[in-house]
Amino acid sequence: MSDISLSVNGRQVRATVEDRTLLVHFLREHQGLTGTHVGCDTSQCGACVVHVDGKAVKSCSMLAAQASGSTVVTIEGIANGADLHPVQAAFKEHHGLQCGFCTPGMIMTATDMISRHPEGLDEATVRAELEGNICRCTGYHNIVKAILAASQAMSKASKPKAKKAA
Amino acid sequence: MGMEGIGARVTRKEDKRFITGSGRYVDDMVVPGMKHAVFVRSPHAHAQIKKIDVKGAQAMPGVIAVLTGKELKADGIGNLICGWMIHSKDGSPMKMGAWSPLAFDRVRYVGDAVAIVIADTKGEARDAAEAVEVTYKELKAVVDAVKALEKGAPQLHPEADGNLIFDWEIGDAKATDAAIKAAHHVTRMKIVNNRLVPNAMEPRAALGHYDKGDDHYTCWTTSQNPHVARLVMSAFYNVAPENKLRVIAPDVGGGFGSKIFIYPEEVVCLWASKKAGVPVKWVADRTESFLTDAHGRDHHSTVEMAFDKNNRITGLKVDTVANLGAYMSLFSSSVPTYLYATLLSGQYNIPAIHANVRTVYTNTAPVDAYRGAGRPEATYLLERTMETAARELGVSPAELRRANFITQFPHQTPVIMCYDAGDYGASLDAAMKAADYAGFAKRRDKARKAGKLRGIGMSCYIEACGIAPSAAVGSLGAGVGLWESAEVRVNAVGTIEVLTGSHSHGQGHETTFAQLVAGRFGVPIDSISIVHGDTDKVQMGMGTYGSRSGAVGMSAIVKALDKVEAKAKKIAAHLLEADEGDIVIENGALKVAGTDKNVPWFQMALAAYTAHNLPGGMEAGLKETAFYDPTNFTFPAGCYICEVEVDPETGVTEIIQFVAADDFGNIINPMIVEGQVHGGIAQGVGQAMLEGAYYDPSGQLLTASYMDYTMPRADDLPSFKVSTSNTPCPGNPLGIKGCGEAGAIGSPPAVINALTDALGIADFTMPASPSRVWAAAQKH
Repeated sequence: MSDISLSVNGRQVRATVEDRTLLVHFLREHQGLTGTHVGCDTSQCGACVVHVDGKAVKSCSMLAAQASGSTVVTIEGIANGADLHPVQAAFKEHHGLQCGFCTPGMIMTATDMISRHPEGLDEATVRAELEGNICRCTGYHNIVKAILAASQAMSKASKPKAKKAA
Repeated sequence: MGMEGIGARVTRKEDKRFITGSGRYVDDMVVPGMKHAVFVRSPHAHAQIKKIDVKGAQAMPGVIAVLTGKELKADGIGNLICGWMIHSKDGSPMKMGAWSPLAFDRVRYVGDAVAIVIADTKGEARDAAEAVEVTYKELKAVVDAVKALEKGAPQLHPEADGNLIFDWEIGDAKATDAAIKAAHHVTRMKIVNNRLVPNAMEPRAALGHYDKGDDHYTCWTTSQNPHVARLVMSAFYNVAPENKLRVIAPDVGGGFGSKIFIYPEEVVCLWASKKAGVPVKWVADRTESFLTDAHGRDHHSTVEMAFDKNNRITGLKVDTVANLGAYMSLFSSSVPTYLYATLLSGQYNIPAIHANVRTVYTNTAPVDAYRGAGRPEATYLLERTMETAARELGVSPAELRRANFITQFPHQTPVIMCYDAGDYGASLDAAMKAADYAGFAKRRDKARKAGKLRGIGMSCYIEACGIAPSAAVGSLGAGVGLWESAEVRVNAVGTIEVLTGSHSHGQGHETTFAQLVAGRFGVPIDSISIVHGDTDKVQMGMGTYGSRSGAVGMSAIVKALDKVEAKAKKIAAHLLEADEGDIVIENGALKVAGTDKNVPWFQMALAAYTAHNLPGGMEAGLKETAFYDPTNFTFPAGCYICEVEVDPETGVTEIIQFVAADDFGNIINPMIVEGQVHGGIAQGVGQAMLEGAYYDPSGQLLTASYMDYTMPRADDLPSFKVSTSNTPCPGNPLGIKGCGEAGAIGSPPAVINALTDALGIADFTMPASPSRVWAAAQKH
């Protein structure tokens, strides 16, 4: 058994878990954060992506014990109260989801992608960077559209107006 | 309110829970005292079970129970069935082999369940499952349907001599043979439709809960049709009587057909929850899904298409061998028969058609409906043949199709279907324009200079949706009726609940169904809730598959709304002291036409429930129910064009553009319809270029994970150009045809027609992986 302590969505949590407990199972079963999903056994589908210390991580490929001391943010933790995160809003606006199962992982991957590309994104980059997330419903068309729109919205929001005019 | 009614691009009401991580899927459900199950599965494709020793497993930490097929049988749990009777052409009924939810004497495919282990945690159940000792005597296996028919092939079921389930035919053999004999030209092809795994992103799951106090079962399951699951588990599998069994399909993470069927696991979890005295949850891991979800397609066909000297089709003869796997899944028999061969006329006037279909047992996972179900196989066969015929005849593929299009409606084909409406030329024109078909030669020449091979291909598909008129399918062998039900409850404050037998697992019913009601009564869409997926809440319904939720499910809602409207108008007329015939409903109020006299919707609703001042003899309340049974199938159709570029050095094929021009009839929400088409195309392109389920000769599934089975990923696909040119369906009140399966039906032949055009070859077997394309390019 391992004693772990980590921040989950801004709250410090402590737990004793079986050594083999994966981070995704810790989040789902110990923390009740069932928005993070398990879609495969081989770290391929990306339904379980969360942020660990600010980076997108497949929580099925990390032990809960390895995450001890880290700051973890899940799909439940990215909205600002009642205000959706811009990526969440863009997925809704552009119909970037159907059954919703891959969606949390897609959104967590997308927020990480956008933050790593402050210069902006193009379709080819978005498609290449979605390599680790599988969606069976949307054909990715509207997911790509949503991420591009969110990237634009976030870059507009982060740039002061004067700078933009210049 | 027009902004929220029919035709509006309303963003989805259900999205909020999915984008915030608040969706509720079966694996998210927790019941007090719940334990976790792991199934012990056969590692062999074909073997006798000599002995199952569970003692070691039972002694493992955390283990509650280890149960086997013998105990299941002893408790009277029934065998799994196929619910659609097909008769062979000699009149004999299909040969259904026994399928016990837990195998006890013999296993017939890798993944066949032999025991269930229930423990405190999934990890403990998994550990204990490995300690269950099953002694097998291995038998020879056969995985290929054609080989399974050969003399001396391993035999799967004593009921099915020679592994043949049925040998069925449709159409006029004599007339077709005569047409081929008299033909000016005959195009002949061998067509393989590759085996696929549906791969909904949410793995199948079941949570069975037996309540001792009430002698009542609840099953949470990943189902597209919870009522059908309850009916089948009650009437055939003897789990519990219907009134003692509640089936809930909460949020379901995609289905694509694979979650229509009632699988062994939900039956066993329910039974085990009583036997072990604990709620039992099972969630498939991905490899388990690959091994045991019903697969799709897997047809081997030959086709002969006859033409006269004017390039008119005079006859079509098809012979198909369809692999149904180790057991007959719930609707497996209907897929290669009435969902396939009845569509072999395509969009064309074909005076004589004959198809012969043999279905076969093999040591592979059961095969059943997967997005399109039979119609993709028909379309692929027909559209590959049309393209090849055009090349052989030296005419434009577009013009050969156009010359043979059906243009007069209704049109009775020689294979049962009567097409009600369509304009195939309009879709063809729209697709060719969107693809700049005329400019292709220039693009091809430019690519050639860069050492690349460009090709363009098209596919004109038709499908039968809106499944289905109950009497018609009953006469063809269906064990169920395929109507749909709806209940509309107007609450006392005027808010509305619609309870529907349709089930949404990505299709957006909570939005489109609400749009229908909002548009009808002019009430805000937020005041309408769609309730589905729970047999305790919703009256009997038939569920979602075959692109039926719009055409059949919404039609049932329309019928119920008609009744609500009639009563509402009576109440309003009484309150307004007006004539019932003068009442109109506009912007959330019931008005006396041509006056300013009105009663707001909510006030009318309140009056219905206070019942202080109702017309004489009227019952209180405002709630109406309807069952809608369609009078015909619907016939979505369209034209898809694909342009590819092949690098002959590497075999890598890039999709340069993909155009879809569909006719779906009237559309409720264009945004959602486009999304359905995008997803369908991705699955169709996946079939054509990436996907394939492969068994080795011993019956081991070689493609049992996402590391081996190539799922379409974002960088495998382009953005799609989609449009519609719609002819309303005359057969239902909303004029809807359905859009859920079109993309998966129309796209594979468009891709392969483009690829064979690029390579200058006639035959190519899907999927177009780089190695296979490279090999084909070298031969050329």
